[in-house]
Amino acid sequence: MPFERILLRNVDVPNSEKIGTYLERGGYQALRKALQEYTPDELIEIVKASKLRGRGGAGFPAGLKWGFMPKGDVTKYVCVNTDEGEPGTFKDRLLVERDPHQVIEGTIIASYAVGAHRAFVYIRGEFFMGVKRWIKAIADAYDHGFLGKNILGSGFDLDLSVHRGAGAYICGEETAMLNSLEGKRGEPRLKPPFPAQVGLYGQPTLVHNVETLANVPHIVLRGPEWYASIGTEQSTGPKIFCISGHVKRRGNYELPLGTPLRKIIFEHAGGMRDDRPLKAVIPGGASTPVLTPEYLDITMDFESLAKAGSMLGTGAIIVLDESTCMVDVARRLTKFFAHESCGRCTPCRVGTQRMLEILNRIEYGQGQEGDIDLLLSLCEGIAGRTFCPMGDAAVNPTLSTIKHFRDEYEYHIKHKRCPAA
Amino acid sequence: MPEKPSRFRDPTKQSMLLTALYIAQEQYGYLSEEAMERTAARLGLTLKDVYSTASFYTMFRTQPLGKYVIQVCEGLSCFLVGGAERLVDYISRKLNIQPGQTTPDGLFTLQTVQCLASCGTSPTLKVNDELYEDMTPDKVDRLLDQLAGR
Ligand SMILES: Cc1cc2nc3c(=O)[nH]c(=O)nc-3n(C[C@H](O)[C@H](O)[C@H](O)COP(=O)(O)O)c2cc1C
Ligand code: FES
Repeated sequence: MPFERILLRNVDVPNSEKIGTYLERGGYQALRKALQEYTPDELIEIVKASKLRGRGGAGFPAGLKWGFMPKGDVTKYVCVNTDEGEPGTFKDRLLVERDPHQVIEGTIIASYAVGAHRAFVYIRGEFFMGVKRWIKAIADAYDHGFLGKNILGSGFDLDLSVHRGAGAYICGEETAMLNSLEGKRGEPRLKPPFPAQVGLYGQPTLVHNVETLANVPHIVLRGPEWYASIGTEQSTGPKIFCISGHVKRRGNYELPLGTPLRKIIFEHAGGMRDDRPLKAVIPGGASTPVLTPEYLDITMDFESLAKAGSMLGTGAIIVLDESTCMVDVARRLTKFFAHESCGRCTPCRVGTQRMLEILNRIEYGQGQEGDIDLLLSLCEGIAGRTFCPMGDAAVNPTLSTIKHFRDEYEYHIKHKRCPAA
Repeated sequence: MPEKPSRFRDPTKQSMLLTALYIAQEQYGYLSEEAMERTAARLGLTLKDVYSTASFYTMFRTQPLGKYVIQVCEGLSCFLVGGAERLVDYISRKLNIQPGQTTPDGLFTLQTVQCLASCGTSPTLKVNDELYEDMTPDKVDRLLDQLAGR
């Protein structure tokens, strides 16, 4: 039986972005239930019991994060991370463009649970349609009494507004996003303190990814037991997998966490384009280490991918067939990180540039003896030594392609050319 | 209540800076010194504050660009299906400009950008605020003709 779509249940309905459509399809009932039947603390317990984990890349337990927010009469904020920029990822844009009310409903419930009366959407500057959809949806939510003062007669107030970024991948990192919301350069802040302690304007702040928040209304409406029954023991619920690259049917597929990679590629995505053999898979977005075909039977959940030396990341699966040059893949992804380094710390700023120079020369047949070791030592000098986690991300394409495809690097250097070119 | 670091004093005005810069850019076409000075004055910030923020973000431009700014995604998922530099080269030859340049009539600027979060419908490009998916040379021809008003 095909999996019943939960997060994407509305996206193919005509006018799915409209509040009327959302209401017709049962929207905002979870909010009513949350406000009328549960105390904020009960909601935190419900989300803990659902074992929902963050969908922004790190997989941190959402209920735990809600619980970290201080109680009592302190000014607190909630931020909705719509900065989606991890190469290969295109799920948040879909959710925001086609079903913004689902995310708004989750945001209101989260704000009520942690006691925030002000929430912000931070959206990537490039998402012009998304900005328009957010603005319209928020205005309609106000008109229906789901936002503003005394929401649905509960006495709970919440204001929500949209802030548009202006082109910087690093602003997806939560503390960089807070700086950007404050009108500053989007450079990360040192953690700790974590945003739940010292966040926006120095106040406790709950930051969530769009997809994470989209899960919340369903958890409230159908209960944490139902939710936790989907997926695996440690990775519960549905996940939107973004599939791109050399498959027949690219796109977003909502499936339970723990679905085998083979099934996603060969059943849902229709198999390899032109039926060419598969060479490698990037399982969770540009910053996750590549996997080889031996890993095809892996289940797509946080724990299995960690065990395989990679990460679930954003669930963005990039499929590569045998015609792909793995040095070129590393080079392209490193170019991304070098371009997007915020420049604040030297290992990331200079290190990624040096890596790119070396990867370029290897790819173009000018690699030198010792370049592989040089790359490895650069990676060592970057990972774990940068101000924010971007440094760890930036070395993954190179480290993992050297690990699995070292012979390709050696071929380039020895024969002074790319075998694929 | 945690002690507020002093840099968080009077947060609200600076929070409007990105929005204000978008408006100034729209009015002036780009962020000239005058545009940034006026933005600073409006928000009670120094020119240094404004410049510091403006220079961080790639969508703020400090020089005039063409009427249509074509931004081609050079991401991996676009490359894998025939986009990225193949599309850039095609447009480059057609308009006779390199990435980063503007046509002499001021109509088109060509740029490359990072992943546009449309990897499932790649190759992708943007023209000003509009996103174009599943691009082919044919579709590029039609798009450019249409924009040029031919
Ligand atoms: C370099 C970098 C970029 C990130 N980009 C995003 C992003 O675009 N969207 C997102 O939701 N989280 C992103 N994150 C993760 C956020 O820092 C944060 O963990 C997340 O928004 C928390 O939400 P979650 O718990 O719902 O996943 C990024 C992290 C890093 C280190
Ligand atoms: S790689 Fe081009 S849209 Fe993602």
